[in-house]
Amino acid sequence: MIPELGHFALIVALALALAQVAIAFTGARTGNSALLATVRPAAIGQFVFVAGAFAALAYCFVTSDFSVLNVTQHSNSKLPVNYRFAATWGSHEGSILLWALMLATWTFLVAAVSRSLPERFVARVLGVMGLVSVGFLLFILITSNPFERLLPAAAEGEDLNPLLQDPGMVIHPPMLYMGYVGFSVAFAFSIAALLEGRLDAAWARWSRPWTLAAWCFLTVGICLGSAWAYYTLGWGGWWFWDPVENASFMPWLVGTALIHSLAVTEKRGTFRSWTVLLAIMAFSLSLVGTFLVRSGVLTSVHAFATDPRRGIFILLFLVLVVGGSLTLFAWRAPRVGLGSGFGAVSRESMLLANNVLLAVAMSAVLLGTLYPLFLDALGMGKISVGSPYFDAVFVPLMAPAIFLMAVGPVASWKRAALPELWVRLRWALGVSVVAALAVPFMRGKVTPMIVFGIWLGFWVITATCAQVIQRLHGSPQPTLGGKIAAQSRSWYGMVLAHLGIAIFILGVTLVKGYETERDLRMSPGDRVTLAGFDFAFKGTKQLPGPNYSVVQGEFEVSRGGKPERVLYPEKRTYPVSGQTMTWAAIDTGVTRDIYVSLGEPVGDGAWGVRVYHKPFVDWIWAGCFVMALGGLFALSDRRYRLRKQVTEAATPAAASASA
Amino acid sequence: MRRLAFVIPLVVFIALAIFLAVGLTRDPREVPSPFIGKPAPSFKLERLQEPTMAFGPAEMKGKVWMLNVWASWCVACREEHPVLVEFSKRNAVPIVGLNWKDTRESGLKWLDRFGNPYALSVFDGDGRVGIDYGVYGAPETFVIDRDGVIRYKQIGAITPEALDEKILPLLKSLGA
Repeated sequence: MIPELGHFALIVALALALAQVAIAFTGARTGNSALLATVRPAAIGQFVFVAGAFAALAYCFVTSDFSVLNVTQHSNSKLPVNYRFAATWGSHEGSILLWALMLATWTFLVAAVSRSLPERFVARVLGVMGLVSVGFLLFILITSNPFERLLPAAAEGEDLNPLLQDPGMVIHPPMLYMGYVGFSVAFAFSIAALLEGRLDAAWARWSRPWTLAAWCFLTVGICLGSAWAYYTLGWGGWWFWDPVENASFMPWLVGTALIHSLAVTEKRGTFRSWTVLLAIMAFSLSLVGTFLVRSGVLTSVHAFATDPRRGIFILLFLVLVVGGSLTLFAWRAPRVGLGSGFGAVSRESMLLANNVLLAVAMSAVLLGTLYPLFLDALGMGKISVGSPYFDAVFVPLMAPAIFLMAVGPVASWKRAALPELWVRLRWALGVSVVAALAVPFMRGKVTPMIVFGIWLGFWVITATCAQVIQRLHGSPQPTLGGKIAAQSRSWYGMVLAHLGIAIFILGVTLVKGYETERDLRMSPGDRVTLAGFDFAFKGTKQLPGPNYSVVQGEFEVSRGGKPERVLYPEKRTYPVSGQTMTWAAIDTGVTRDIYVSLGEPVGDGAWGVRVYHKPFVDWIWAGCFVMALGGLFALSDRRYRLRKQVTEAATPAAASASA
Repeated sequence: MRRLAFVIPLVVFIALAIFLAVGLTRDPREVPSPFIGKPAPSFKLERLQEPTMAFGPAEMKGKVWMLNVWASWCVACREEHPVLVEFSKRNAVPIVGLNWKDTRESGLKWLDRFGNPYALSVFDGDGRVGIDYGVYGAPETFVIDRDGVIRYKQIGAITPEALDEKILPLLKSLGA
């Protein structure tokens, strides 16, 4: 009964989404206030029914209803209850439903907190979001129904992929999707603005908090995914340039560019058509990414062959949404004025350069990701472009972007003088160069890449510090406390996010430059020394787990004869699916991780063992969290809460745009 | 002119969409390699395990053998690897690995970790031999007959189906 109710809720949600679209666009065109007043209830109703459908599916998973095909294929009654719940989005059908739920949630939020915006504009925004919802709900109902019955019911399920049975995997997909789908709001605002022909500062200000929120979710989502790969895949890597990762990274790159571009559009009225293009691109890439991952085209073209409707639907939907919005862009954007000009050296020019670099970096990732798909689709086989390509292309593109990132906030709008920049940043430059030389010498290994990476990290830190000191110094308040309190939260957010990037760069550089590992055969009683740590292998024992059996190894870690930790890496076997999983044991520290994982048994109680010493690896994720925290800070800026007053005050940029 | 610039994103997207549409309708099938039927280009490379020893295709004259291009950074190679390890247990033909655009250290580690199906591997760190063989990605596999002529090229991972349907019948017909 519950699955049928869920299915029915989806159909009602589709009807409400269609109504939402029809009412919104008719209302916006005619200005009929009765129609305009109905858009919000339709959107909220759509959310309620999508949430109901999702709850129904989650209920089927939690209660292990094996008369539902999807549950049988992706769950098992022995699975702990939190993973049974997470299995709801462990399948293609479930994750598309989660996508639809996230979209409905964002729609609901827009409907709930947009009372201060012009009615017709909100109607158009909700209309665009409703259109995307219609596409997704149709996709679920036509090709990916998660509620399909299996009659007679199966006695037991086939189990969730063991790789997904992890706390990180419970929160990673919702976070990631919240971010992905969150760009639909900026997208909808842009399409609405293009339709109305009002790409002004007000539009940019309305879009900013939504974009920031989506960006924060996406940052945390990607970060969790990377940390998950680090501790579950058992070989100590944290980023693989895998198509699935790239699919989430491309919207992030464009979203990052969009946040900055929106700031310029709001403050200076420039970059308007570029901003709108970025907003369209960010969401289009989310769509392309979701489908590349979800349809399975990247792992196998045969996914299309087994269900051709899915592939065709995907393509038609992409053409409609992306092609339609780009056509609108080509038609409407040229009418948008250029805004005020700026000098070759100015904050605008640096932000523009950064934007272009981010967009080019995204194109490089896109090319590398789709290249195998092109070849595969043309029947030329499966090929890995691999990390050599991405490393070679990505680092040279991002290095100048990061250099400019530190300079940009110090430069003034409109026109900056190079000599003045030099005076303001020379100390930062000097300190960062000294640090870049001192750190590698202290650690005893100096390579150009290490020196460069450390310099870049320290350059961002010192230049940001210089900026903070100068800004506080120039603030008119008499006391330091007053000066600190007088700065806006969005400025603090920017400072934090930039420092997050610096922490990230330092983490990547130090771990790439100084990590050491041993890959060896160990019998009980064997010892190995790595980076000053002594590892003694005590042997393994069998243990029971909730839905798996465990071989647990015991390693005593000591340093200079003093015991530090005992680590218990595991090898888990899931009897239902017959898969095994490596569960690495990690001793996490601020300056290093010690990572031990069990490979394969090699006879006589001996095991293949991998031991890693990874200096500063946790800084990679810490940096990401600091970035996201910066985003949250900016989001809490009071000007977004005082939107009403700000909106009503006509800004010069708005006046020039409507002229 | 300015208007034209705004059409570029649309044009790029349409090109992408056409490509995807073509990919959707087309069945994956083999594209003949210009190297098939030609003598395997000769080379002399250091062996991966024993850098002091060299290897060249001339040593395999009179034998049917396979040359498999792999690298430790290549994800598709990891998918292919168990198939090769299984196949090597049958001792049908010797498989020579061409460790392509890799470092010796990570190549060796990879073999330790995932098993070594190769009779021997040679080390092509800068990918020069790969260029001679027209390799444009890893993995790729060549079947070479007793006269040193390339008879088949598998682009991408060897799947169990490709092995059973194409490579094994071919090896049989070549008298391996």
